Amino acid sequence: MKHQRWLPHPHLSILLLIIWLLLVNSVAPGQIVLGVVIAILVPIYTNDFWTDPPARLRLLPLLRYAGVVLGDIVVANVQVAILILGPAKRLRPAFIHYPLELESEFAITLLASTISLTPGTVSADVDADGRGLLIHALDVDDDEALLRHIRERYERPLKEIFEC
Amino acid sequence: MLVEIIVSLFLLIGAAFALIGSWGLVHLPDFYMRLHGPTKATTLGVGGMIVGSVIFFSTQGEGISLHELLITLFLFITAPVSAHMLAKAALHLQLERVEKTRDVARKNTSGPCGK
Repeated sequence: MKHQRWLPHPHLSILLLIIWLLLVNSVAPGQIVLGVVIAILVPIYTNDFWTDPPARLRLLPLLRYAGVVLGDIVVANVQVAILILGPAKRLRPAFIHYPLELESEFAITLLASTISLTPGTVSADVDADGRGLLIHALDVDDDEALLRHIRERYERPLKEIFEC
Repeated sequence: MLVEIIVSLFLLIGAAFALIGSWGLVHLPDFYMRLHGPTKATTLGVGGMIVGSVIFFSTQGEGISLHELLITLFLFITAPVSAHMLAKAALHLQLERVEKTRDVARKNTSGPCGK
């Protein structure tokens, strides 16, 4: 990915500028200039570490996805809290293999992180060939339902976001 | 006054979730299950305290304060990654798991998930 020398990762640059302004907690002109300099320099210097930058990114589905995930994180917290407070004997933990439809490494990373943050599941390993995820679930009733839930709620929207 | 009540409420909610997450760490029977406590219950624990902080400092008359949100962002980036690496290391070392753990993965893969 060296076709654009000055802005190799435009999304990353925007994100870095926002993060900088939040970090200094100010929108003074001087801070904006400094933020822009950082937003240009950091992606150039870290370019070699990025293996698989998403070619295109659709903003609206991304925002919708972020909303869904944020809501689910709150639900996940409450559910896990209830599970923890209940008797541990009643939990039904399981390792489950999730076959991936996504191919982009970046999207898979996002999916794995989402799984770890949402109800009762932690992603534990990626298959060597990158075609599946190993998930540990705290309390599973129906494996198929869990797989379907992840597929419908998280993986499909991610596919839509990255158009892959 | 009202602000103080709301801030206190968020602090209490946050503290409660942090406590439950820590309790999970002590109380759950095996390593993989204990992972669920810190990755989940604590995100809302920190989240509640952050919301309290945003409300408190935004009502001090010095403009809104949003840099606390960065803590949430960094937490959302680092918590799943560290949980993933811990789980991966535990699988590699073949740490004990409670007997009733069903291994649906085993029939599908020949990876490190078999015991």
